[in-house]
Amino acid sequence: MIKFILKRLLMMIPILLAVSVIIFTLMYFVPGDPASISTGGEKVSAEQLDAIRESMGLNRSYIERLVEYVGNVFLRLDFGTSYTYGTPVGPELLSRFWNTAYIGFISLILMMVVGIPVGVRSAVHANKPEDRVSMFTTLLFNSMPPFWLALLLVLLFSLNLGWLPSTGAKSFKYFILPSLSVALGSIAGIARQTRSSMLEVIRSDYVTTARAKGLSERKVVYGNALPNALIPIITVCGNQFGKMLGGVVVIETIFSIPGLGVYMINGINNRDYNVVQGALLVIALMFSVIMLITDLVYAYVDPRIKARYMKSKKKMDYSTDKVVGDADA
Amino acid sequence: MRKILTEKHAIKGEREDRSKKVGSLPYIWKRICKNPGAMMGIILLCLIVLMSILAPFILKYDYMTVNLANKFALPSWEHPFGCDELGRDIMARVFVGARYTLSIGVGAVAISTTLGILIGAVSGYFGGKIDSILMRILDVIQAFPALVLAIAISTALGQGIANCIYAIGLAYMPTFARLMRANILSIRGSEFIEAATAINCSTSRIIFKHVIPNTISPLIVQVSMSLANAGLSAAAMSFLGLGVREPYPEWGTMISSARTFIRDYPHMVIIPGLFIMISVLSFNLIGDSVRDALDPKMRD
Repeated sequence: MIKFILKRLLMMIPILLAVSVIIFTLMYFVPGDPASISTGGEKVSAEQLDAIRESMGLNRSYIERLVEYVGNVFLRLDFGTSYTYGTPVGPELLSRFWNTAYIGFISLILMMVVGIPVGVRSAVHANKPEDRVSMFTTLLFNSMPPFWLALLLVLLFSLNLGWLPSTGAKSFKYFILPSLSVALGSIAGIARQTRSSMLEVIRSDYVTTARAKGLSERKVVYGNALPNALIPIITVCGNQFGKMLGGVVVIETIFSIPGLGVYMINGINNRDYNVVQGALLVIALMFSVIMLITDLVYAYVDPRIKARYMKSKKKMDYSTDKVVGDADA
Repeated sequence: MRKILTEKHAIKGEREDRSKKVGSLPYIWKRICKNPGAMMGIILLCLIVLMSILAPFILKYDYMTVNLANKFALPSWEHPFGCDELGRDIMARVFVGARYTLSIGVGAVAISTTLGILIGAVSGYFGGKIDSILMRILDVIQAFPALVLAIAISTALGQGIANCIYAIGLAYMPTFARLMRANILSIRGSEFIEAATAINCSTSRIIFKHVIPNTISPLIVQVSMSLANAGLSAAAMSFLGLGVREPYPEWGTMISSARTFIRDYPHMVIIPGLFIMISVLSFNLIGDSVRDALDPKMRD
């Protein structure tokens, strides 16, 4: 198992390097001149602008700047300084990371704790009114834009009922609405996946055997059927986390939570390359780590997948790719 | 008189049976027609498209006309959906806005499908080095959540409708490429491809005439599911001010500008969002029914 984890961790390094190259290249092509923006709208002469560009290192070639940026980030964890705030990006990213990760974490837990039981219930009562109602409700939530749902929740719980605060990030109370608004759509996704993969196993022979042995229905469903239905559910959990992370980026602006999303969007509006690059990199890192954990859980649940990584590459069976391929992102 | 069975007859005979051929387009269509949810989705979507086309002709108000006397008007007979902060009729804006949201969604999915099919087909068909290089590139793209990548790309391209379409299209491309690749790998070993190779078909002919038509049905499911996601992304990007901007009435843009007035005039936020939800719901319903139609376990 340790060998497998190490192998997967090593595979992440080249991907993250490539990610940082892509991020840098994208930001390199952003229209607009950060030098003139950094003056804050004051009128400056052409020479002064040149001097600012010189000090920001904007007049050097693409390759030089790329190598310097990637080197700084990976060897010294130095993300550069923000053009607009004049502060180093690294520590700011770290403090903002916790807010974003907190929302992501609560949503992830919510998604699994609520989504899987709802799906299981639906599968057990398949095609009965209960199943139809919960499947239609989940589809409805799945079709709502998270930012709109967030605004509706604010309208109901903060403005009308006054139960929860609508802006800020001081205590757990402040994170309930943001987490709920990104999680509801994903709960729906998980519930639907759970239902369909439970339906596949629930009719199989070993479930009938378990029932025949006189196990309680609860034990049959959660002890025998669910573990075997778990693999596609885990895939969808990973994918849904990506979707939620995208949602968090948008939603932070609504709840004015000082997280990576707000930082990135402000950076985009100010043409603040270092800020945007740093935020993107940390978001990609978060997502990669979750995908890594997904893979580890996979390997834990299904020994066949672990065996794939252990064997030499030549023996890798391409036909199994279909099982792992994420058709439902 | 003896009837000579020509090739034409043979083809005609085959056509008549096509709706029974599992996985063929007529078969899928027949199954969709039997599904009430899917029909509801198709009808809702058609209504929205129809309204977006006809809006300028049947509605009394123009979506751009500012009338400060009607500022924040609540829904009434005169203005069924009310008016916004500049007194513009929200009904006209919502209907015209469908053009932007839906065309960004459809355009983006068209781009990601085309690119995805090409990349997946090349990767799956040739295998080897090309395959592993392309797959590593996809790995890197998929290290980002799709919406975040779309935001990053649209930042680089600059704001605008076309750029928004490219950005979302690129961000959703890997899913299609991987799906296509997996399909091709499973088809590549089959006998009819061997036969086509044996009669000396060119590589492009094999890919376009034999391989792609056989991968079409899983792609349809993915297309309809992606339309839902792309629509949501389009709205989210406009909400952030990266897609369509004022005064164009994209639904996300409308919600974004109505946000400040949510306390007193919630209808300005609720109505455009409802339309996003309805169109995404329709795409989801259609996608679900296509998936069920193709699922051998659901066959009656």
